Amino acid sequence: MLSYLAKRLAGFVPLLLGISFVSFMVMALAPGNPVDLMTDMNPKASPESRIQLEKYYGLDRPIHVQYGLWLNRIVHGDLGTSFSRDRRPVLDKILEALPITLMLNAIELALILALAIPIGIYSAARQYSFGDRVTTVLLFVGFAMPSFWLALLAMTLFGVHLDLLPISGLRSLDYDSMTTLGKVGDRLAHLALPIGASVVTGLAGMSRYMRSSMLEVLRQDYVQTARAKGLSERVVLLRHALRNALLPVVTLLGMSIPGLIGGSAISETIFAIPGMGRLFFTGVMARDYPVVMGILLFGAVLTLLGNLLADMLYIVVDPRLRKR
Amino acid sequence: MLRRLAANPLTVAGAVIVVLLFFIAAAAPWLAPWDPSDFDVKHVLEGPSRVHLLGTDGLGRDVLSRMLYGARISLLVGFVAVGISTAIGMTLGAVSGFFGGIVDTIIMRFVDVMLCFPTFFLILAVIAYLDASIWNIMVVIGLTSWMGVCRLVRAEVLSLRERDFMVAAQALGMRPSRMILRHALPNALAPVFVAAILGVAGAILVESSLSFLGIGVQPPTASWGNILTEGKSTLGVAWWLSVYPGVAILVTVLGYNLLGEGLRDVLDPRLKAR
Repeated sequence: MLSYLAKRLAGFVPLLLGISFVSFMVMALAPGNPVDLMTDMNPKASPESRIQLEKYYGLDRPIHVQYGLWLNRIVHGDLGTSFSRDRRPVLDKILEALPITLMLNAIELALILALAIPIGIYSAARQYSFGDRVTTVLLFVGFAMPSFWLALLAMTLFGVHLDLLPISGLRSLDYDSMTTLGKVGDRLAHLALPIGASVVTGLAGMSRYMRSSMLEVLRQDYVQTARAKGLSERVVLLRHALRNALLPVVTLLGMSIPGLIGGSAISETIFAIPGMGRLFFTGVMARDYPVVMGILLFGAVLTLLGNLLADMLYIVVDPRLRKR
Repeated sequence: MLRRLAANPLTVAGAVIVVLLFFIAAAAPWLAPWDPSDFDVKHVLEGPSRVHLLGTDGLGRDVLSRMLYGARISLLVGFVAVGISTAIGMTLGAVSGFFGGIVDTIIMRFVDVMLCFPTFFLILAVIAYLDASIWNIMVVIGLTSWMGVCRLVRAEVLSLRERDFMVAAQALGMRPSRMILRHALPNALAPVFVAAILGVAGAILVESSLSFLGIGVQPPTASWGNILTEGKSTLGVAWWLSVYPGVAILVTVLGYNLLGEGLRDVLDPRLKAR
């Protein structure tokens, strides 16, 4: 396991270089230079301070030197300072927003799994039954639903017409004066709509995958053997088939991370949740290049780590892979 | 094959939706009861009525007419974006699978790198400093969504390369470009076709999300996404601005997904029912 881990981490080096290169190029290719943007906003900026800034960002150097300088800085944990008015270090801003996005996505993923696995088992066990067909259609509809639209409708229904749930932010104004129980309730109420909307649209992929994985396993000889032994269908499904059918789902978990993070740009913007997605979107709109580059980098690295985690989990749950 | 496609009612429903959308997009000028950009300040934000079947928007424009023209936009974005991504994916995938070695390694590592990025973030970052024109959107969606097709084509070409007919072609002294184009790619087309149809659905969703966020198709051009943006600010008073375009996006994406999945079931023998 350790040697595997070492091998994987070594393989990350070229990937990380590639990721940093793409993040850099996305911004380097942007028309206009960041110093113009900074000084345009501030008419008091003198020509000297412009030159100083250009020096700081190395904009007077050729582009490959700029990339080298930038790479050197990020390796040392310096993502630069935000162009926005607060001028805070980008790393601080990201580390502040990251836990919120991670929490949201973790809850979403957990809920999706909790729903998708039983749905997948049922649909596979009763393939082409009435229930299977109905869930298939419902899942397709959920999958096709634009998540922002669902969010909008849910906000109107539950937030405005029924006035049951809050529609923006993560806490109420009087959050600090609440009891502990009240705080938990308040947090849950704020999370209900954004998470609910994402789960509905994200459920389909996982359920369909679980269903086909289960169908594949049910075709195997050992399932037939288990049935031939006279085991009840329940035991065959849940003990013999399910455990093998879950294996590919582990890989899908790792692969679904970039989609989840990307989707947070929309849901966090709609629900005014101060996470990575909203930070990115506001950064993009304000052309806050350091923030945009920093989050692109972070998002990609998170995906990389997620994939590694999924692969290691795979080794843990699949004994056949352990010996290698 | 057609008979097996027709056996699945969901696939048929998908095909009907897709064909219907093509018809609507083509015939929009004849179907639309009003000019989609005609405003009428006397009839602003009016609910659905005999005169305006789906109501009017904040400038008194007819929502039904704007939706019909919006179908053109989503169709255009879907197909051009997927055309771009399929072309890139097939080229890189075929080259990678055919030549192998260092070329393959470099291309595949690049695919790995691209797959690490949340696609929507990349799209947002690039769109933000380009003008938010419909052409830029299509190009950017295309440039950020070719990786799946690339892997698919590479895998197919890799397995085809060792087949007898490829070896024979090589023995006859055929040029690599001709071997790829005439012999390898045609055999890899079926899964690419399925991926392309599913890709159209994805591209339409991305376009509508971008337009909804205000950085996609810009008014006065009507797109389902930007009608929804106005719907967001007037949800309390004009539900028709939010509900109809959303349903249109949903039905469209559903149609392409159903058709794509149905085709996949027929084309991929591994998924055949027992």
